[in-house]
Amino acid sequence: MSDPMAEIRASFFIECEELLESLQDGLQMMDDGDTDSETINVVFRAVHSIKGGAGAFGLDDLVRFAHRFETAMDEVRTGRFVPDAEAIRLFFACADILGDLVRAARDEETVSEDITGPALEKIDVLVGLEEEEEEELDFTPATLSFDLDIGGDLGGLPNLPDLPDLSTFPTASETEDEITEFSPVGGAKGFQVIFKPEDSLYASGNEPLYLFRALRDLGDISVVCKCSALPDLDHLNPDTGYLSWVVTVHTEEAELSVREVFEFVDGLCLLEISPLSGRAPAALPDLPPAISAPATPPKPEQAAPTPLVPSPPIIPDIEMPNAPAAPVVKSAPIASVSDDAEDEFSLSSPNATSGSTKTTGTPTQPRATVRVDLERIDRLVNLVGELVINQAMLSQSVAEAGLPPNSPVSTGLEEFLQLTRDIQESVMMIRAQPIKSLFQRMGRIVRESSASVGKEVRLHTDGENTEVDKTVIERLADPLTHMIRNAVDHGLESPETRLAAGKPREGHVTLTAQHRSGRIVIEVADDGAGINRERVKEKAIEKGLIPADAQLSESDIDNLLFLPGFSTASAISNLSGRGVGMDVVRSSIQSLGGRINITSQEGKGTTFSISLPLTLAVLDGMVVRVADETLVVPLNAILETLTLTDGDLKALGPETHVVQIRGGFVPLLDLGAELGYRSPLDSYVGGIVLLIGQEDGNRAALAVDAIEDQRQVVIKGLEGSYGRVPGIAAATILGDGQIALILDPMDLVSQASGRTKIRQPQHSLVG
Amino acid sequence: MTDNEKQTDATSIELLSFRVGGQDYSVDIMSVREIRGSARATSLPHAPFFVKGVINLRGTVLPIIDLAARLGLQTGEDTERNVIIVVDLGGRTAGLMVDAVSDILAIPSEEMQPPPDLAADDARTFVSALTIVDGRMIRILDLEAVMPPQGEEVA
Repeated sequence: MSDPMAEIRASFFIECEELLESLQDGLQMMDDGDTDSETINVVFRAVHSIKGGAGAFGLDDLVRFAHRFETAMDEVRTGRFVPDAEAIRLFFACADILGDLVRAARDEETVSEDITGPALEKIDVLVGLEEEEEEELDFTPATLSFDLDIGGDLGGLPNLPDLPDLSTFPTASETEDEITEFSPVGGAKGFQVIFKPEDSLYASGNEPLYLFRALRDLGDISVVCKCSALPDLDHLNPDTGYLSWVVTVHTEEAELSVREVFEFVDGLCLLEISPLSGRAPAALPDLPPAISAPATPPKPEQAAPTPLVPSPPIIPDIEMPNAPAAPVVKSAPIASVSDDAEDEFSLSSPNATSGSTKTTGTPTQPRATVRVDLERIDRLVNLVGELVINQAMLSQSVAEAGLPPNSPVSTGLEEFLQLTRDIQESVMMIRAQPIKSLFQRMGRIVRESSASVGKEVRLHTDGENTEVDKTVIERLADPLTHMIRNAVDHGLESPETRLAAGKPREGHVTLTAQHRSGRIVIEVADDGAGINRERVKEKAIEKGLIPADAQLSESDIDNLLFLPGFSTASAISNLSGRGVGMDVVRSSIQSLGGRINITSQEGKGTTFSISLPLTLAVLDGMVVRVADETLVVPLNAILETLTLTDGDLKALGPETHVVQIRGGFVPLLDLGAELGYRSPLDSYVGGIVLLIGQEDGNRAALAVDAIEDQRQVVIKGLEGSYGRVPGIAAATILGDGQIALILDPMDLVSQASGRTKIRQPQHSLVG
Repeated sequence: MTDNEKQTDATSIELLSFRVGGQDYSVDIMSVREIRGSARATSLPHAPFFVKGVINLRGTVLPIIDLAARLGLQTGEDTERNVIIVVDLGGRTAGLMVDAVSDILAIPSEEMQPPPDLAADDARTFVSALTIVDGRMIRILDLEAVMPPQGEEVA
């Protein structure tokens, strides 16, 4: 464990990501017409928590933006502003910028004012707020100094109460000064705030001083610090907060405003707010500390997550006078609060419950999860891979030993096989995570791209809880972004065209994910005009991609979109249409072991569907032999297998052959020769070839000696131990313990010499 | 000298000595992970001439270097009696195929001599030091130089 600060920072940013996710969710729900206060609260809370955390880390830009955003959300929350569709769009944009700021802060970059400024202005205009420069500034100084040499491992938490700032706290001797400094001007209206922080308040990076400063903004305050609980230095536990404060606020503001100051420390402190009501403030109630002796510290981490349930507006039980404020500190001796204070409290409690809704956590209870280091999971995945290999080796030796298939060993092995499969699947599922985060990013792409081309687009997502391998999710982001942009830019028509075609103004893009027969299918569908096949064909002919008289089926034409250098948009827009398009998408999908298909209906829309394997760790392959070497060819690259006849094979040039397959000609490649295992054979007649489909639609016939098996293999990277080998994707271990190489057909074909005729000197040992 | 040798105790270095192509070589024992019998290697296409291929070392893919070929020595017929020394250098693992493992030697570091500069001989670049044990010259192998190219495409 290194720098505690760095760890806290890291966990703050992880939390931020989660908060941003719930922010997006909440906004999406609002966008879908959900005006439930709970939903709005989730949004508000998310922004608020990010702001609070950012303040503790001195991330000024983030705080400033989040604060304004939060203020706007507060207007919504209190019902002073009812957001329309435009406002929600703006909120989405702000959420995006907030995400940018969070990531920028994490990577220690800055986001230009040009991006944040206009959005802020818009939001202020929208909600009808004026700039509140002063209030902003109040958030900036909340930097915690962590560069103390505390020494030792404090469980990752720096010793907050032990900060040098402590000297600025009102201590017993300074109390008088403090009072004079914030001396009350008099005036009957106001509140008395009894504030007793728990340890968890400090542990989460809060600082009472700033709370008091925020209170001061409401009106004149006087602060009295109770330090009677302070033990002498020998018994002082630096992790424990011993101080409590009584703050008298003279303000015209409602109690809600006072309560809001403490909103962020809700549940982390004992808080009592009572109106002054003309009476003299109750003499400092003798609040014994929640922690009476360092020997028996309560567990703040138990207290913290407990949601504060607003207690019914009845007079609280005498035994638990503080129940509404901190129901969890039951164990602490707090029974001796004076009657006065208790009365006042019970009067104000109904007010409090109706005023500030307490939402700790999202409305839908998230399932319990564990954060595990990815490395550990990968190790487990590898080990299970070993198990699978081991099991295959065992099966092979049992088979070789000539045991009858119904012997106990064989049946036992059968069960072992089943168990191994199950374990493997479960382990793969650990690596899987919901595709939701990716879909949320796509929401942003839709918003931004639709704005830039002036179309109104709504994104629907479905199946966002579908679980996909983490690596797949990461590597899917780029192709999916491209496809979404394509759908918005090329797929959907302009609003005018849509209206003319009798469609709603707003275009729809639907993003769905689902499991289908052992694969994951992701679909991007738009309800646009569909593929204009005439134009696609013209364009392809014009670009010389296909011969002018080519006879193409509808799906053949659709597949032309995947050709490199193809782009139909006559006007090149900002978003897409630069000609690097669907071919790149296709190759990245294929590199994940996936396939992509188009279906399109004129006037109804276009659907791209991506089909991916569940995991990248295993692969369906065909085991082939060539020149005494065993190789695995990925099954998804093989279109068909055939035996060559004399009639199929045509010589082309002095060194090469083509294979005639149903009227088409496909170059013949000798796998053994291409890999340098042998020189080309004398004759390939009667030989077996695998027809390989390439990403650009080209095909090739790979000559092999024999097809041995079709099976799932565990992928072992070569890059780590040796380096990249041309034409080879990875390696695997076969049942006999031998390593077999997994072919990269695309790479092999693109680098192929195609030599299948004259004898070449052995070139397997060329350096 | 490799880093490994520099770091070891100043007084003496333990070396694993072996025979390859009729000559005596040795490597710092700290970089030796294990010694195992020869196994049939799966050859890699387009690999350098001295890379025999890869074998399965308990689930990991281990590249095998034919050390005799690497050093430009007489390569004998592959026999079952060949030995593979699995070495680890800065996290990279490879198997060195040698004729036979001879001994473990402790050599005082002052008895190490830098190899004379003989431009005509390729082997110069693979030997980091020389020493004499029982009248035999032992070459200390520069593992860094012997390891297969890493990371970039090997053609």
